[in-house]
Amino acid sequence: MHSRFIPLAILASALVLPPALHADEHGGGAAMASVEMLTGACVACHGPGGASVGPATPSLAGLPAIYFVGAMLSYKHGQDLDAAEAEAASDPELEDVEIFARPGTIMDRIAAGYTLGEIKAMADYFAGQSVALASQEFDAELASKGEALHADNCEKCHEEGGRSTVDDMVPLAGQWKPYLHYSFADFHGGARSMPKKMKSRLEEVMETEGEDGLAALINYYASQQ
Amino acid sequence: MTTLTRRNFLKATGGIAAAGTFGMGFPQLALGGNKSVVVIGGGAAGAVAAKRIKLADPGINVTLIEANDHYYTCFMSNEVIGGGRDISTIRHGYDGLASHGIQVVHAKATGVDTEARTVTTEDGDSFPYDRLVVSPGIDLKWDAIEGYDMAAAEAMPHAWKAGPQTALLRSQLEAMEDGGTFIICPPGNPFRCPPGPYERVCQVAHYFKEHKPNSKILVLDAKDKFSKMGLFTQGWERRYDGMIEWVSGTDTAGGIAEVNTDDMTVTTEFGDTHEGAVINMIPPQSAGHIAQAAGLTDDSGWCPVHLDTFESKLVPGVHVIGDASIATGLPKSGYAANSEAKVCAAAVVAMLADAEPGTPSYVNTCYSLIAPDYGISVAAVYRLAEDKSKVAKVAGGLTPSDASDEMLAREVEYAYSWYNNIVADMFA
Repeated sequence: MHSRFIPLAILASALVLPPALHADEHGGGAAMASVEMLTGACVACHGPGGASVGPATPSLAGLPAIYFVGAMLSYKHGQDLDAAEAEAASDPELEDVEIFARPGTIMDRIAAGYTLGEIKAMADYFAGQSVALASQEFDAELASKGEALHADNCEKCHEEGGRSTVDDMVPLAGQWKPYLHYSFADFHGGARSMPKKMKSRLEEVMETEGEDGLAALINYYASQQ
Repeated sequence: MTTLTRRNFLKATGGIAAAGTFGMGFPQLALGGNKSVVVIGGGAAGAVAAKRIKLADPGINVTLIEANDHYYTCFMSNEVIGGGRDISTIRHGYDGLASHGIQVVHAKATGVDTEARTVTTEDGDSFPYDRLVVSPGIDLKWDAIEGYDMAAAEAMPHAWKAGPQTALLRSQLEAMEDGGTFIICPPGNPFRCPPGPYERVCQVAHYFKEHKPNSKILVLDAKDKFSKMGLFTQGWERRYDGMIEWVSGTDTAGGIAEVNTDDMTVTTEFGDTHEGAVINMIPPQSAGHIAQAAGLTDDSGWCPVHLDTFESKLVPGVHVIGDASIATGLPKSGYAANSEAKVCAAAVVAMLADAEPGTPSYVNTCYSLIAPDYGISVAAVYRLAEDKSKVAKVAGGLTPSDASDEMLAREVEYAYSWYNNIVADMFA
């Protein structure tokens, strides 16, 4: 397996050569910190290896790197989506990154402290971990209803019941319920933006099922453990 | 895992592919064979340092010397004091660390011979080290306030080391009659957990509001400003209006001069005497005793360190992390202790392999609970200043003062997650 982000020369020599120098807005030419050092900052909140032990902070383990970078750039630039897009566009490896509005509690304050190179290294690390399926309570009846709703509205992109990460799709299965709830609330309330196809499907679910539909989907994703 | 192919770019970083992965994906270098590291103190910093060193290089013999069989986290202990959490939920054991191959020794470290490089315990055992990590937390300065000694702390708990003192303060609040005054006396800087006294005020206020609504809280501060001050005072006004009186350091003339446990009074440096039904006296602090015994402290009572390795500036081969260190720029918080431990662990592993320590990166995230649906936070990312004189903040900030109720409620759930995950990082 190869890296999308890290030159192969560094891959081959990672154990014998010092890390690449990277002059940027924070580093001032200092060597970049190791990925263990960088992700050490994340895991005390997001769990060992990015597998959160909950109850709300989302797991990062197994997130597609493209998704991770998009989320971090969105946080990093606050609500200035143009600036986030410009930073993504500065790097040819990031042409697949999509920027969406994304409200945070503290992540906007934290993401602003990292360079693009560091964010990519973190993304690599978490993408390399197995998707974490949280052990949590769920309502079986709602989960069953959610399974049908998912099949009708979400499965086309979020394949395998929301477990798949193919095509850089964010895994939904096994994520913590409160986080899924916050995410749906932000999507539905408009604070968080999303692809057009998803928006129309979400509106459809809301029209036909209302909040119960979201609860059903959340319980379905939570039921996958 | 066939679906990894497209999206996984990890294998290039840090030589993980070449060295194989272990546990959480740390590179196994196995360069430190037959080298020994002793860690004194299994708290927020020490437990993490021991674990990180062992996971990074299983060839290093890591011994953790910790006096207590169990560790009570200071974080979330205010919720125990407020009655929202049982003390058993902040009590953690060391089996997880032992399962990683760390030798866990429950004994009190009493001496360090920095020439011979050995640590001795009160049992008379001796532990040789190539590098020593000292993470002793704080000692309370019993000579700082007249009348406040260890016996007085049974009448007026400090509850600034979690455990029996936490339970004692909780039981006093439970026994207090409605209409009483709770006095809390925060110390001057520097001290462990700068927002801690003010979160404690919130937790006690919440308890009073629910169960003893005629009671009052008097904060006799040694300082004129405190951590998250604007957010705390906003929270006090919003949720506990009229219950809390805060007296600044100017008005106490610098805090508490004297306590009298017979008549349950405290007297400020200014000369005012206040009587309380329950009194929480948080005295000035210094680095834990073993740091002083090992010659690691300067005149301030804390331990000067090189900020890229946390090696002592006074004693080579010895690293000091957590609240005991002078980590210029970082607060004495649990998350900062965790971050210091990771910087230190990476440096120790590198130095034992005669390699240059890598570039450090530091972070702090700290939540405070104002009410069960009202959390606030401070977070920051730091880098070592070019002249290495300090850890410089490059980003961060507080919960916005205009944050919505929904966001304040989410911060509570994230605070609980913070707790569970940092505990897993320490002990799992």
